[in-house]
Amino acid sequence: MTAPLLRVENVSKRFGGLLAVDSASFSVESGSIAGLIGPNGAGKTTLFALISGFEKPTSGRILFRGVDIGALAPHKRAALGIARTFQIAQPFAGLSVRENIAVGAHLRHAGRDEALAKAAAVSRLVGLADRLDMSASSLTVAGRKRLELARALATEPTLLLLDEVLAGLNPSEVRDVIPVIQQIRSAGVTVLMVEHVMQAVMSLCEHVFVLAQGRIIAEGSPATVTKDPGVIEAYLGHGAAARLAARERAHG
Amino acid sequence: MSPAFADRLRAYAPMLAAAALLALTPLAISANTVLNAMVLALLIALAGQGWNILAGYGGQFSFGHAAFFGTGAYGTAILQARFGWNAYAAFVGAIGAGAAVGGLIGFLSFRAGLRGSYFALVTLAFAEVLRIVANAAWFTGGAAGALLKLDVRPENFQFSSRATFFWIALGLVTFAMLATRALERRRFGAYLVAIRENEDAAKALGVDTLKVKLQAIALSAAITAAAGAFYTQYFLFVDADIAYGNWISVEALLAPIVGGLGTVFGPLLGALALHGLAEGAKALTGRIPGLDVALYGSLLVLAIAFAPNGLRGLLGRLGRGLSFGRAS
Repeated sequence: MTAPLLRVENVSKRFGGLLAVDSASFSVESGSIAGLIGPNGAGKTTLFALISGFEKPTSGRILFRGVDIGALAPHKRAALGIARTFQIAQPFAGLSVRENIAVGAHLRHAGRDEALAKAAAVSRLVGLADRLDMSASSLTVAGRKRLELARALATEPTLLLLDEVLAGLNPSEVRDVIPVIQQIRSAGVTVLMVEHVMQAVMSLCEHVFVLAQGRIIAEGSPATVTKDPGVIEAYLGHGAAARLAARERAHG
Repeated sequence: MSPAFADRLRAYAPMLAAAALLALTPLAISANTVLNAMVLALLIALAGQGWNILAGYGGQFSFGHAAFFGTGAYGTAILQARFGWNAYAAFVGAIGAGAAVGGLIGFLSFRAGLRGSYFALVTLAFAEVLRIVANAAWFTGGAAGALLKLDVRPENFQFSSRATFFWIALGLVTFAMLATRALERRRFGAYLVAIRENEDAAKALGVDTLKVKLQAIALSAAITAAAGAFYTQYFLFVDADIAYGNWISVEALLAPIVGGLGTVFGPLLGALALHGLAEGAKALTGRIPGLDVALYGSLLVLAIAFAPNGLRGLLGRLGRGLSFGRAS
């Protein structure tokens, strides 16, 4: 068996008195779409920040292709092939969509013409080709999410970290974006996504990790994980799994 | 003509055309007062071009570009008077010294993560420290200032004709405009603008933000130092209040803001408009002292209120309005 693309080993992150991530361990296999789910405040975004380098772990190791990257700055991790999107879209508001994507493309293409050509190519993949010359600030929420995706993809990553790219989209927009993510994976990019939209998690992810109060409490296929009593309790409160099971028995 | 060449021509021709037009000024006007005002306006434009790289493109608002102007001004004076350097070598050395001071101030403040008003205040403090040191230290000539020996010969970078100085200043401004346009068309420029717009997003896309900001402040400081060195060469005298005074920090930021922040032509347009305005106000109100400053101030307020994107933005808006008019 080959080594996993990403391995998180006993990683903890403490902010003052708050233990946001508590010795979390998991691996993401190359070529897969993995999901990271969990109730609000579980530490998902913090974990993403640790993997992408915006925060340094208090303890533990983060291995990318077997190399410890825990101490590297974000731009160095991007150069290694880790790209992230932001939960709250962070467009370069004063620039056009094309220029926004070109900033990402410049990571692998020093020349302006090549970067602009790459930006146009990526825009077709995510469905922004008709809005290339619009100002990024004039995009809708859905458009901004696509732009986040486009910029990250333009860096030609090996591992793509998607932080709630579907949040705030209406069901038809969600249906539009799901095939885009599938296409990204079939192009050879490994995807790790934080997502609340369960419809997307169920249809996209092969493997799901459940984070609650900073700890990984379950992992497995989406179907097994959503039946796990520990997971149900984490979302719905103590005793919820037992009550649900009792109700099911009564009705069944 | 290949498409790449045509593209380059479209990108750089406007600056060369503007320079060629301005170069005709001394042939039309021989009055020394007008030429002197033009030289000063170009000097401010050059200082402003330096500021515009860091603040207009990079979004790092410095309130202390006097630190770089003064280092250029004192640099050339000290290298010539104390070390016997040739005037042209000293000019280049002074630009290098300015870039080094820029890199140092940038290293100290950007590494500490200073942004926005904190960065502005720190640059202001650095300029003030340099002003006080220059006013007290022996090697700058202290409060008496530094003089360059009057020896009007071209090999000394001293000319009897103001027109020559005008053309040299115009050459420097044109070079800075071309360099700015080249920056816009390179990865470095794209990264710099990305940092201005959103530093965290830039980091996530692989931009080494500290490195790009340090390169930007060094380049910015070098251009403003060139303005300082030119000042010394033109007046053959510099003291701490001129070199490191707040006046130049303000002039260097006012010209690009009035002209158009983060645009190639902004600093030149702004400097010409502001100096034209100041001279015009003086001519109009010659009899009553102080009224010209009041008029200048009021017009400045109006300009900023009605042209928030600077004159460059205003011209662009008018241009679009005209082309819409033609289309309909």
